[in-house]
Amino acid sequence: MVRDVAVIAFAQMPSVRAETVLNDVEMLMPVIQDVRRRAGLDQQQIGFTCSGSTDYLSGQAFSFVSTLDGVGPWPPIQESHVEMDGAWALYEAWVKLQLGELDTALVYCYGKSAPGPIHEVLSRQLDPYHVAPLWPDAVSLAALQARSMLDAGKATEAQFAEVVARSRRNALNNPNAQLAWDRSAADLLAEEPMVDPLRMSDCPPISDGASAVILAAGDRARELCSRPAWIRGIDHRIEPMALGLRDLTVSASTRLAGEKAGIGDAPVDVAELHAPFSPQELILREALGLGEHANVNPSGGALAANPVMVAGLTRIGEVAQRIIDGTASRGVAHATSGPCLQQNLVCVMEGEG
Amino acid sequence: MAKERVAVVGVGQTQHQATRGDVSMAGLVREAASRALTDAGMTWQDIDAVVVGKAPDFFEGIMMPELYLADALGANGKPLFRVHTAGSVGGSTAIVAAQLVQAGIHERVLTVAFEKQSESEAMWALSMPIPFQPPLHAGAGGYFAPHIRSYMARSNAPDHIGILVALKDRTNALANPYAHLHEHEITFDSIKDSLMLWDPVRYAETCPSSDGACAMVLANEAVADRADKPVAWIKGTAMRSEPTMSADRDPVLPRGGSDCAADVYRQAGITDPRRDVDCVEMYVPFSWFEPMWLENLHFAPSGDGWRYVEDGVTQMDGDLPVNMSGGVLSSNPIGASGMLRFAEAALQVRGQAGEHQVDGARTAVGHAYGGGSQFFAMWVVGSDKP
Repeated sequence: MVRDVAVIAFAQMPSVRAETVLNDVEMLMPVIQDVRRRAGLDQQQIGFTCSGSTDYLSGQAFSFVSTLDGVGPWPPIQESHVEMDGAWALYEAWVKLQLGELDTALVYCYGKSAPGPIHEVLSRQLDPYHVAPLWPDAVSLAALQARSMLDAGKATEAQFAEVVARSRRNALNNPNAQLAWDRSAADLLAEEPMVDPLRMSDCPPISDGASAVILAAGDRARELCSRPAWIRGIDHRIEPMALGLRDLTVSASTRLAGEKAGIGDAPVDVAELHAPFSPQELILREALGLGEHANVNPSGGALAANPVMVAGLTRIGEVAQRIIDGTASRGVAHATSGPCLQQNLVCVMEGEG
Repeated sequence: MAKERVAVVGVGQTQHQATRGDVSMAGLVREAASRALTDAGMTWQDIDAVVVGKAPDFFEGIMMPELYLADALGANGKPLFRVHTAGSVGGSTAIVAAQLVQAGIHERVLTVAFEKQSESEAMWALSMPIPFQPPLHAGAGGYFAPHIRSYMARSNAPDHIGILVALKDRTNALANPYAHLHEHEITFDSIKDSLMLWDPVRYAETCPSSDGACAMVLANEAVADRADKPVAWIKGTAMRSEPTMSADRDPVLPRGGSDCAADVYRQAGITDPRRDVDCVEMYVPFSWFEPMWLENLHFAPSGDGWRYVEDGVTQMDGDLPVNMSGGVLSSNPIGASGMLRFAEAALQVRGQAGEHQVDGARTAVGHAYGGGSQFFAMWVVGSDKP
């Protein structure tokens, strides 16, 4: 009884190291306007609006309240907000459209990682009684995961470097990417480790950014878009936070979400994986059953631009845009949250004909 | 495509108090969730998904705390979702959870909302310097006091109405064992003589700062039909949001609240709210919001809300009891306060509200609001299957 719902438009702000002039609302508004223009809808033609962001980036309680003004919610609108990556805001909007009462939804998200020390800020997510007081930063936790991959014999540092080289080379063709270059894996391996075994190049850039999507259901999607990116399956799962309770070399929650989303029903020709650190792409590829020949992260992925709270929705948008453009027929997008891939969302999309 | 029917089959809440120093945050949410599961006759394994809500993360100093709470909430391998819509969040969290069942995605969803205010000082967390706005207020009361003044001026309400509301809610709380405040000695004069905080809002007309959590188990029709205890059928849900700054906005009687109420009544087949609704749990953090919301939610004609209070309509023995549990004025774990309103409405139509049960309640309204009176969430629950 799943209702057909599609991504019909996607817009994003080119990620930057630090947006120091515009505030969150000013940064977001052009993206909202762009995605509504692409869909040919104004705010009063949109049935439901949902956003994702976190106060811990803005440094202010209720930060999303101000950004809602950028949407122009007057007369009053049906609206919700999640303290999660925008990919989960899209999930809530997809559920809302499943009820059959509304036909369109605006989803947006934004995040400035630059104002605070983001890798230390992210340590505020950790168990507040036993772990957070030690301030373990996000790079160190990712390095533990990378080390467990090496120790288990599941990957080599050369494979990490190959992920990085391919991602940033792909990013040369992505005008919204922040970090793009053409360097060989061998060249990268010559770098000294930053947090052993991770090199600086294995880590994502620090990014400020925003993105937005319009969803539409059934015939409304076909009216508004010549080739909608139909959501064939979407699911998300979580694992315990404590690293000692998980095998860090696999992603059980990604595997389960992928199965529920029906990723294995047919081959995918494009995948956008939210893997901020290079070893995580290898873990996610295995969890989703992506073969050697799948086109993974043609945008460059989170290694090319990693606005926190945004990079997940951008993965969905990057896949959807390729389907809308007709350059892909079936794709999978993935979003993650929490330390070392704790929580994961998988969205499978297809074009028609 | 028809929506699945959804019912509240289990309700749980913690003992609310100023400092729950006996439990961690995980312990707090687990206390409420365990009670909801017990009430539903279920175990953690029966739950398909968990939806968590709370107000700003700065209140406890943990970024996205649901990630850390995943195992305490039995969410391993399940979907766990986190809602944050300002003060309305407890209500909107329940609505998001209900939609997962309505859409046929899950059969049994656990929804939990909490706040552990003792971890920080919420008043100052609510006094942030918003860009382009002068930092004129200290705490939410300072923000809302001018709205109340405006209401009094428009409606010619006499000064003592707020005191009557506070006296009623704090007296109702004496019958609610979970309430934070149990003020056995409270009188009209003790409220009147309490410190004036934000004129016209006195200390005793202000919500407390509480630690607490609320949880509900929501289930589809097949599951609800097999429940041992009475269930509360969800007859309508609605949310509305409006901007912080707009020349068209009336924050005293906001259009968002009015639209939200009209939408949820339409879904529930309510044409005359005062006649068709048996009791209401509405979000009243400062006493004067009861008459304001009575008007905004279409229970009283414009300008008459305060007359309902004065005439005793909203008392436990009136014909439209409001905040039978003692309301936000007696317990305010902020993120959970909206869900407590929704849950108390469900308890009433299930006949499970104990000493503060309204006899024969069959249709009840739960209401929550947030931000600068700009985010609204409501539901209507009933004892009869819709």
